[in-house]
Amino acid sequence: MASTETTRAPDTGSVEAGLDALETPHGARVPLRQTLVTKVLPPVTAVLVVLLVWQALVSFGIVSDPTKLPAPRAVWEAVQRDWLAGKLLGYIWTSVSRGLLGFGLALLIGTPLGLLVARVKFVRAAIGPILSGLQSLPSVAWVPPAVIWLGLNNSMMYAVILLGAVPSIANGLVSGIDQVPPLFLRAGRTMGAGGLRGVWHITLPAALPGYVAGMKQGWAFSWRSLMAAEIIASFPDLGVGLGQLLENGRNALDMAMVFEAILLILFVGIAVDLLIFSPLERWVLRSRGLLVKS
Amino acid sequence: MATTLTKAGPAVEYAARLDHVSKSYPGPGGQQLVLDDISLDVAPGEFVTLLGASGCGKSTLLNLVAGLDRPSTGSIDTDGRPALMFQEHALFPWLTAGKNVELALRLRGVPKGDRRDKAESLLELVRLGGAYGKRVHELSGGMRQRVALARALAQESGLLLMDEPFAALDAITRDVLHDELTRVWTETGLSVLFVTHNVREAVRLAQRVVLLSSRPGKVAHEWTVDIPQPRRIEDAPVAELSLEITEALRGEIRRHGQH
Repeated sequence: MASTETTRAPDTGSVEAGLDALETPHGARVPLRQTLVTKVLPPVTAVLVVLLVWQALVSFGIVSDPTKLPAPRAVWEAVQRDWLAGKLLGYIWTSVSRGLLGFGLALLIGTPLGLLVARVKFVRAAIGPILSGLQSLPSVAWVPPAVIWLGLNNSMMYAVILLGAVPSIANGLVSGIDQVPPLFLRAGRTMGAGGLRGVWHITLPAALPGYVAGMKQGWAFSWRSLMAAEIIASFPDLGVGLGQLLENGRNALDMAMVFEAILLILFVGIAVDLLIFSPLERWVLRSRGLLVKS
Repeated sequence: MATTLTKAGPAVEYAARLDHVSKSYPGPGGQQLVLDDISLDVAPGEFVTLLGASGCGKSTLLNLVAGLDRPSTGSIDTDGRPALMFQEHALFPWLTAGKNVELALRLRGVPKGDRRDKAESLLELVRLGGAYGKRVHELSGGMRQRVALARALAQESGLLLMDEPFAALDAITRDVLHDELTRVWTETGLSVLFVTHNVREAVRLAQRVVLLSSRPGKVAHEWTVDIPQPRRIEDAPVAELSLEITEALRGEIRRHGQH
């Protein structure tokens, strides 16, 4: 039987190379044209249809009162006016900088909080249910007490953002950690990653998809809470953000300005999601093979 | 072909020594005895397979040897922390194949500068030289298990525990991985404790086959396999011994149908 050794050894290697080649999944790149047709065309069509219906409502006099429904052109002119006066970016930046700073703070608080809830049984039993319950409380509800506690200032805005976003971020991390397969923890422990090293090398990276989902929701909640705070507690000294712009439009009975503000709020919310959170989520999922190309 | 029943003599050196190990878990109706008085030595460089039907506590036994759980009575000695391979590859999907191996090196305290070279040579060893940057989901089942083997080898433990590592693979791939494992074992001089319910696999790989009875798990028989390596699963002596062991295994199983 020893004589077969020389003939078998190279044989195994080449069989194996063949198997590897046969069984490795091949991912073909999607051509640009197909991406345009399947991903870009549908939303663009939807927006165009909405604009057409809107224009038709005004053109055919179905809604003829411009204080109820301004023409698309009037809204566009309102945006243009603010842009030419150099105020448009100021409005956006006032709100976006508040939103992102508040979100950053929420991340700093929500992350250790989530870790604590996930890892310490007592803390989970004590505040876990409250934390998930808080997610269903509209953060607008926090505006009146925040004004009373903190006054009409930026700290009040941040407080409202935190109360809106921290539960989402913490809960995202908790569910991410809960879904870590026990096999990974066992594998980690046999490799010597127990305790804190296990948390750092195994638990946290394994929980990343849930954490990112929580961050995404946290941003949506931050932005909503901030807009609520800006609309309810508008105060000239705070600087005009998008929420105040909306409130100013309402006070001036300027419906074009109100629509301008609503569209800008929507635009910023979508833009931040599309530019930051969606790519982050896609990257996390794709690198783990969890994103199936449709 | 010598297939004599042997009893392991008193070993002076061992990669693992199980001394009268029992394990019970609290179950419905009191303590459930899973492992009953198991004594087993694995010599340095030895390849031992543990064979048994369902309920023989094979995986429990491996967990005990791996240090993931403690025996109820008796003692287990191993030379350092054993490496463990599972039926599922258990590779971390957030890391590339190479980084998975490097994590094991890092946790063992290998300095940063040496890790990349070491990881690449370990992947070479399992014939996956080009797979360093590949993500886990880009690899086939057989390739994943080879990366898992490379990662286990990176722990540089004297003892490798394998918990049915090829059970989920197709027959062709499994066959090739048997050759690979035999080659790696020969090249590294590792001790292996390999759990399986596949009799031919046990005979194909091992120097010694240990049959466990079920409920509770207990050493029922042992065979020394002195068919020279490399063997093939189709070889006549392998088939012959497999038949004998299968008969013994069936005998053990049959006992559970009688009251």
